[in-house]
Parts: sequence; C-alpha cells; structure tokens
Amino acid sequence: MIAEDANQGLADKLYLVKYEIDEENCHLIIKDEETCRRCEEKPCIDRCPAEVYRWVEDEEILEVAYENCLECGACQIVCPYDNIDWSYPRGGFGVAYKYG
Amino acid sequence: MSESEGAIAPKFDVIVVGAGPAGVAAATVCARAGLETIVFERGRKPGVKNVMGGVLYTRPTAEVFGEFWKDAPLERCVIEQNAWILTEDSAIKLGYRSRQFAEDIPNSFTVLRVRIDEYFAQQAEAAGALIINETKVDEVLQEDGRAAGVRTGRPEGEVYAPIVIIAEGVNCELTKALDMQSDLRLEDAASTVKEIIRLDREVIEDRFSLGPEEGATIEMYGASTQGMLGTAFLYTNQESISLGVGVLLADAVKDHTTPFDMLKQLKQHPVVAPLIAGGESGEYMSHLIPEGGYNRLPALFGHGVMVVGDAAQLVNGLHREGSNHAILSGKMAAETAIEAHEKGDFSAKTLHKYRQRLEKEAPTMNDLRKYRRATGFMERHPWMLSLYPQLAADSIADMMTVDPETKRTKQWNIVKDVIRRGWIPRMVWDAIDGGRSLI
Repeated sequence: MIAEDANQGLADKLYLVKYEIDEENCHLIIKDEETCRRCEEKPCIDRCPAEVYRWVEDEEILEVAYENCLECGACQIVCPYDNIDWSYPRGGFGVAYKYG
Repeated sequence: MSESEGAIAPKFDVIVVGAGPAGVAAATVCARAGLETIVFERGRKPGVKNVMGGVLYTRPTAEVFGEFWKDAPLERCVIEQNAWILTEDSAIKLGYRSRQFAEDIPNSFTVLRVRIDEYFAQQAEAAGALIINETKVDEVLQEDGRAAGVRTGRPEGEVYAPIVIIAEGVNCELTKALDMQSDLRLEDAASTVKEIIRLDREVIEDRFSLGPEEGATIEMYGASTQGMLGTAFLYTNQESISLGVGVLLADAVKDHTTPFDMLKQLKQHPVVAPLIAGGESGEYMSHLIPEGGYNRLPALFGHGVMVVGDAAQLVNGLHREGSNHAILSGKMAAETAIEAHEKGDFSAKTLHKYRQRLEKEAPTMNDLRKYRRATGFMERHPWMLSLYPQLAADSIADMMTVDPETKRTKQWNIVKDVIRRGWIPRMVWDAIDGGRSLI
C-alpha cells in the first residue's frame, strides 16, 4: 500500500492492481499497423486508463502493453478505424480486482 | 473448477454466461426452481472482473436474495445522498439526509463488488447452480437458427442447453456475434475510473458525520468532469472511500485529458482533497458504463437466448442505477426460462415474455423510456455542465459577500450580466428541452 499523494503516477497505481498475465496470448490485436501510422488522432492512447497504447516514434509502431489492460473496452470504441481486434483475455487471465 | 480441470457434463437446462449480478440472479432463480443450471465466469472467482461505483439498492436485490443485508458483506447503509456542483475552486452543495433510509428495509448500501459478488455467487451455489470459474465463453452455439449451447475455452468445452442467458457485461462480444446488437458507439458508453482510498473508519465517520455502519454518497457535476458530459462520485465504505469519475466517450475523445489525469485533478480539487487527505491508495480500476439507454437496447431475446444486465444496456445513468436493473432482468429472464421449460417451448414466442416482464413487473423499461430523450439532451446542450455551475457559483458568492453594494444591486448585476452575454434564449431553450427530456 502506498500513501495517497497527488504526485503519484499511473505506474504507482497499476502496481497495486493484481494481474494474471497470459504470456502466450495478447488479447488486444492491432489489425493493421499501417492504419495506425495514418491515424492522426490515435485516441486509443489518451482514452486508455492504463496507458496500454504507446506510439514509438523511431519505429513508427503502436506498442501494446496488454498486460496492463484493465479490460474496460474503451479502446475498441474510440478507434476511428475499427483497427483493434478486442477480446477479453482467456479464462482465468487478466486483471483480478481485490475490491472492485 | 477451472479451465485446466476435468470435463463437465455436456447438457444442462440453462447456461448462464457471466457471474455478475445479472447472471448470478438468473442462475439463483433457475436453480431454485430445480433447473440444472451452469454459470461460466471468466475470472478466477465471481467478482474479480467487476467494477461498480458502488451503490446497491436493497429492494430489487431482495427480490432474489431475500434479506441479504443481514449477512452479506456490505460496506455502509446510505443515509445521506449529496449532489454537488463544482467549479474549479468552489462547490454548491445539495443533500438529503435521513435515518429513515436505514430503517425497516434500508434503501441502499455502498458495496465493494469483489466481496458482494462472491456472496451472491454463494447463494446461487447454495440453490444448486454450478459455477465454473476461469472459463471464458468464446461462442454461443447455434442449431437450426436457435441458441443451443456454448463453446468455452476448456478442453472439450462445448456445453449444451435449450436456453442460454447472456450476462457478459457491457463489452458485448457474444451478443454482437449473434447480431443481437451492433458495436457500441462513442455516445453509448462512459469511460469511468475509480480509486479505492483507504482511511480509518473513525476518520471517515468524523469527516462525513456518520455513525457506525452509516454511509454517505456524493455525486459531483461540472468541473469534476471539466464540463464534459459525465459525473464524479465519492462513496464512503467501511474503511475506504470509492472516488471515481466517468465521462461519455463522445465527449472524452474531444480532449486530451486522460482518465487517470481527470481522477488526479478531482483528488486535488480544493473541496474534495480534504475528504481524502491522509488516505492510502488501495486499488485503481476502470469500467465502461452503458449510457445508450432506451434507444440503444439490443434484441433482448431470440430463439433459445436472453440478454440481461449491462449486456442488455439496462442502465439508468441519470440515477446511477445499474445493478438493480441487472438483478431484476436476471430474475425475469430466469422466470421466463422456467416457463419455457414447463411448456417445452424455447422459441422467441415464449422468451418474448422476458421483455413483457421487464415492461410490467419492473420499473426498468418505463424508467429507461422516460429518459429516452435525456441521452441526447446533453449533446444538444453541451454548455450545461460548464455555464450553469459557474453562473450559479458566481451569483451565490456575490450575494454572500458583504460589501458596500446593496442586495438589489447585486441581483441586478447578475441579471444584467446574463442578458449582456446573450444567454437568455439559450436558457429558455434549456428549460423547455430539459423539461421535455427529464420530466
């Protein structure tokens, strides 16, 4: 447990969340990387509550840290090109809240 | 039982997908009637995937779970409900407090979903339902145009039943695959984040003037969402506070503030900060709330299938009611399943009675219909949560400030300011459309 502090970043908060990470399967699939390159807004990045999506400028690629996913589903709705093949993680995997 | 463990019987009377309040309510009622009922839950136990504000309403819950408040893991009985309108640095506060809410049948309780969902699941199991955890349903199987069972992620994971009740939650993968509803649009869902902030029981009771077991709720409008369509909330639990904020995705995408930053700003608000001061972060979570309302209802039933709870978008966002409609819809789907088994007819002809029950025996459909214009209201009046909070706060601050000006002059200054800004036509339109949408 960490003292509540306005300076705490998201990483501190995600550290408190329990996950069962599925090492074999990524449940958030970018259908076409080229589409992300053309996408100007990339709303998935700002709308994700867990910073799962990150644009890597050098490689021009959208990095997907699916292991941090809180399974809310916002990204697939905000994607203007319907470019995220979204599904829940396999049974037993993903986020496991303590309080909810 | 989990995906990795042994095989399960291939045939049941009813399959329920999802062990949230809707699914577990459905399973409990089916099992009590003697139907062989199986529930698939993708979490490692019921509750761990679930997020809610969370206020649980007693009466609808009691229709399935009896006098649950006598032994369920509840947080606090809500005796005080507040609505605050925030500007950047002030708040207008309106509240109602009464011990009546705690007497006889208490009106509502704050809850933590992981704890309460596990309790409800135990009731379903006690009634005879089989709950299979760590198992995701990948597909609803169809035979001759009717739902006939499900395919799960388990080895030999096909299970059959003449009725499938889908309680998969807001991200409606299965019902979309069945063409019972289309993709959610930006207008159909609010993105919500919440944090559990741990505080000593005595500190909570002091800060909110509460007795033991007594709870308070605060809904916050205006600057809490930076004028975007949404609300923030603060609920008192036994030894923690649930603090959260949600914004309709259609509004949220216009701004670069992330959900996390919005929550952070809420915690720093001068009116909110003292209430959570000294607390410890317990958990951070996120969830989508269905906001499409009546206009966005999916097909609620088909041949051999019924859709309940968030999956059916049965949420009254304006009154922060969801779990009550989830539980009632689960109950009514179950009663329809029982009737179908009695008749031996699982077609839509029998299952349409589920929708009839929701119309006649629960407030769900009537309430959603009543507010069918409300979902579009804020889109037509996007200034509601920025213009009025600031105007009202400024006016109150002015009237309360004692200085050489007379009260009459102060009043006139407010009116003149409104006229000068050209707000009168807009306010008339707000009032007329607001009346039509909300009353």
